[in-house]
Amino acid sequence: MTCEAVIGLEIHAQLRTASKIFCGCSTAFGAPPNTHVCPVCLGFPGALPVLNRSAVDFGIRAALALGCRVNPTSIFARKNYFYPDLPKGYQISQYERPLAERGLIEANADYWGPERDIRITRVHLEEDAGKLLHEGFADSERRSYVDLNRAGTPLVEIVTEPDLRQAKEAASFFGYLRELLMAMDVNDGNMEEGSLRCDANVSIRQLSSESLGVKVEVKNLNSFRFLERALDYEIERQAEMLRRGEPILQETRLWDSDSDTTVSMRSKEHAHDYRYFPEPDLPPLVLDDARVKEIREAMPEAPAAKRRRLEKMYGLARLDVVNLTIEPGLDGYFEEMVRHQANPREAKNWVLGAVRAKINEARVGVAQMRSALSPAALASLLALVEKGAISGAMAKGVFETMFQSGRSADDIVRDEGLAQIDDDAQIAELIAGVLAENGDAVAQYHAGKAATFGFLVGQVMKATRGKANPKRVNDLLRKRLDADR
Amino acid sequence: MSHPRTIHAVRGAIRSGEQSAVDVCEHALGRIAAHDPALHAFNTVTSERALDRARAIDRDKARWKDAPLSGVPVAIKDVLCTRGVRTTASSRILDTFVPPFDATSVRRLEEAGAVIVGKTNCDEFAMGSSTENSAFGPTRNPWATDRIPGGSSGGSAVAVAAGLSTFALGSDTGGSIRQPAALCGIVGLKPTYGRVSRYGLLAFGSSLDHVGPLTHTVADAALVLSVIAGVDPADATSSPEPVAAYGAALTGDVRGARIGVPARLVDEGVDPEISKAFRAALEVLGARGASIVDIALPNAGAAIPVYYLVATAEASSNLARYDGVRYGFRAKVEPQDLLTMYTRTRAEGFGPEVKRRIMLGTYVLRAGYYDAYYLKAQQVRTLIRRDYEQAFERVDAVAMPTTPTPAFKIGERVEDPLQMYLGDVFTVSANLAGLPAISIPCGFTAGGLPIGLQLTGPMFDEASILRVADAHERDTDWWKRTPREFEDLRI
Repeated sequence: MTCEAVIGLEIHAQLRTASKIFCGCSTAFGAPPNTHVCPVCLGFPGALPVLNRSAVDFGIRAALALGCRVNPTSIFARKNYFYPDLPKGYQISQYERPLAERGLIEANADYWGPERDIRITRVHLEEDAGKLLHEGFADSERRSYVDLNRAGTPLVEIVTEPDLRQAKEAASFFGYLRELLMAMDVNDGNMEEGSLRCDANVSIRQLSSESLGVKVEVKNLNSFRFLERALDYEIERQAEMLRRGEPILQETRLWDSDSDTTVSMRSKEHAHDYRYFPEPDLPPLVLDDARVKEIREAMPEAPAAKRRRLEKMYGLARLDVVNLTIEPGLDGYFEEMVRHQANPREAKNWVLGAVRAKINEARVGVAQMRSALSPAALASLLALVEKGAISGAMAKGVFETMFQSGRSADDIVRDEGLAQIDDDAQIAELIAGVLAENGDAVAQYHAGKAATFGFLVGQVMKATRGKANPKRVNDLLRKRLDADR
Repeated sequence: MSHPRTIHAVRGAIRSGEQSAVDVCEHALGRIAAHDPALHAFNTVTSERALDRARAIDRDKARWKDAPLSGVPVAIKDVLCTRGVRTTASSRILDTFVPPFDATSVRRLEEAGAVIVGKTNCDEFAMGSSTENSAFGPTRNPWATDRIPGGSSGGSAVAVAAGLSTFALGSDTGGSIRQPAALCGIVGLKPTYGRVSRYGLLAFGSSLDHVGPLTHTVADAALVLSVIAGVDPADATSSPEPVAAYGAALTGDVRGARIGVPARLVDEGVDPEISKAFRAALEVLGARGASIVDIALPNAGAAIPVYYLVATAEASSNLARYDGVRYGFRAKVEPQDLLTMYTRTRAEGFGPEVKRRIMLGTYVLRAGYYDAYYLKAQQVRTLIRRDYEQAFERVDAVAMPTTPTPAFKIGERVEDPLQMYLGDVFTVSANLAGLPAISIPCGFTAGGLPIGLQLTGPMFDEASILRVADAHERDTDWWKRTPREFEDLRI
């Protein structure tokens, strides 16, 4: 029996607002516990939520990037459950009318993509909960502590249709989503700090079947590796049960990275009844076309679209484009070099070569790289190579000096006397000197040992400390030797 | 020596120099000390804080001279947050809770010069109509101390009626300002939903909760409303609608005003003495040139069930935050597993009526029942709102008795919550529709118990009902009566 997996993802992404979604507290990560809190995000009696406008703008941008339709009216709802990290005893979320619906990542839209559409069911706004601290206190054996700094951080929840079929595909999609949200500047992509989190719904069915199998929700998939491994494990577990003719139970399972397995968390019978109802403290969120249009027009380019454009516009290979866009900002560096008249091929080679190597070596980001050595400055170095003022080999050294000192390529070449010697008379004079000192080699050349020519060129270059234009040296040396014959 | 009773009288006395803010404050505190042990209107009396404030007002006369409530004592229902002053909702679960901020309405009163003399008793989390559901014991009606004062703002109503405070703030989710005002013989105003900020009001039913004043006169209510009304950036449901000049609306001229009376509704199940007083009140208005128009509110009969579905649903969610984790009461349980901490804290912290409503509301919102209860209730709520909208095409205000019966005896309905809920028949629809409504004194029973007239107006038209109420007040003197034991007051 051949079966296939059917996978849908639920992604929670923190929005990069400076303040929380319903109060003015900071969203900065890593502050001492319970220092970014106020009566609103602590759920104090009498405190009321007020919607952060920029959280809505970020949410709209995420929704538009996923091809969703933004609802002209969406409604906040309360999701009721008890947990110590949830101060009000309910999470303000959206339920029946989310911020946006019906998005799409088209089949073959990008290098990673499956040959199948991936539909986005909905994108909605909600607040994050706080965190329980189970470790690190003297009495942690007996007590848990609550840190509510994160409570009220704005999130978008992105729900996909069950359009994914393999663990690897799901991981690729999640990777693209991360790249997209980061490119839109709505999420920092930091999975370790929990700014981006993923749950998956998995079921198994016979390959020919149109209907869906019993769905299992897998939680705690907070890295690409865990997502892929958990899904592989879960798919195999369900397939095995199907083979054995055992029923698959609708349940929520937790990925346990220590044992590399999923373990049951709660069954359907114990599923929460969240008792959703419209949030009476917040009026419906009404968005006019103009606001959505303004956000759409100011949106950065989506990575998939950008890759298509870079391929076409600069005639670059797909792999090069992927490499240019995988590290955010490299593509921008590249394009700015081209805007400063650099040859696209050369610029691409430099960015994926020296620039990327330097970023890794110096452990800096693209932004820091830019401030140390701007794309315009690097383009001017390339210009010197192209017009033959310096050799490609020398350019590597000049690049290093530019990065260290911040000086311009022109200044470095001039101050350090690196410019190639182009003057024929000067080169001829140097050749005469070399030939005078290497009579044996000259004789060997004339005796027909062609390899000696290379040795003589090397001697001339050495005499000029590499500054002579190698092509001129070649031509003039050949002419001189042949004249002596 | 007699003392000024109304806000306008207190202001006059302080402005003229006849009394200082400290004189007025000391007098109020003296009356509280003398009478509150018998009435139990207050959960907390803020004597020192009040005197400090009164002294500050006396010291800086230039600053406070023109403040609209300069030196006027106010009692605050214990569901409104007062910074640094314990705010309990008359619940054990909050009996030590001290808020770090002021409710917006409270802050606006203090900015206008009002002096808070204390926090008043109420039904726990404002859930009740008698102030019997208080963790700290019932409040007594000054007109008959074996009777309830109404509720849930019973402490606020009694504080005003017995002259312990010049005015008070209350909250009204289903009649909790108007009903105790009626049963205590004073004025109680529930403004339009969104007219007064709810920030700092401990939520019961968020879409039904309102903050409003309890006063001796309509003019006082208008003055307080003008201070506390207006948009608040901290309350997303507060309205940017401009605040009208309520005081200026009190012209006494109601010629041509059309007063709608839903005859079918008010002829049924109403105490005969109340019916009589209600008819007499309509005649007073008629004599001033208003016309009485028969109207229908076809869905009004559904108001109580709709109200108890919506209010309890919202309450079940609003009260989830009282979990013992961050503030307030936490049950002492060892070993402390989470579920035991939650269940014991809430079992010991909440009283029976609050538990009843949390359970009812939780039931209403259950998966699979939401459509049948909550959604259906919201649909009928829309019909009730439309009934009023249609009525207001023909009339300027709707008149009803505030309550079907006068104050009952303490303990009489404790065992019969449904009977208690039915007492809200005339008040809840204004909450469901969000309309402004006022209760004013319109008579007494033969036994000397106060009777209230309720006037309901169109959205954001507090001015109209205040004008009609004031006109009635000009030709009657019910509002001048004082409970015998507490009559050392000057009008």
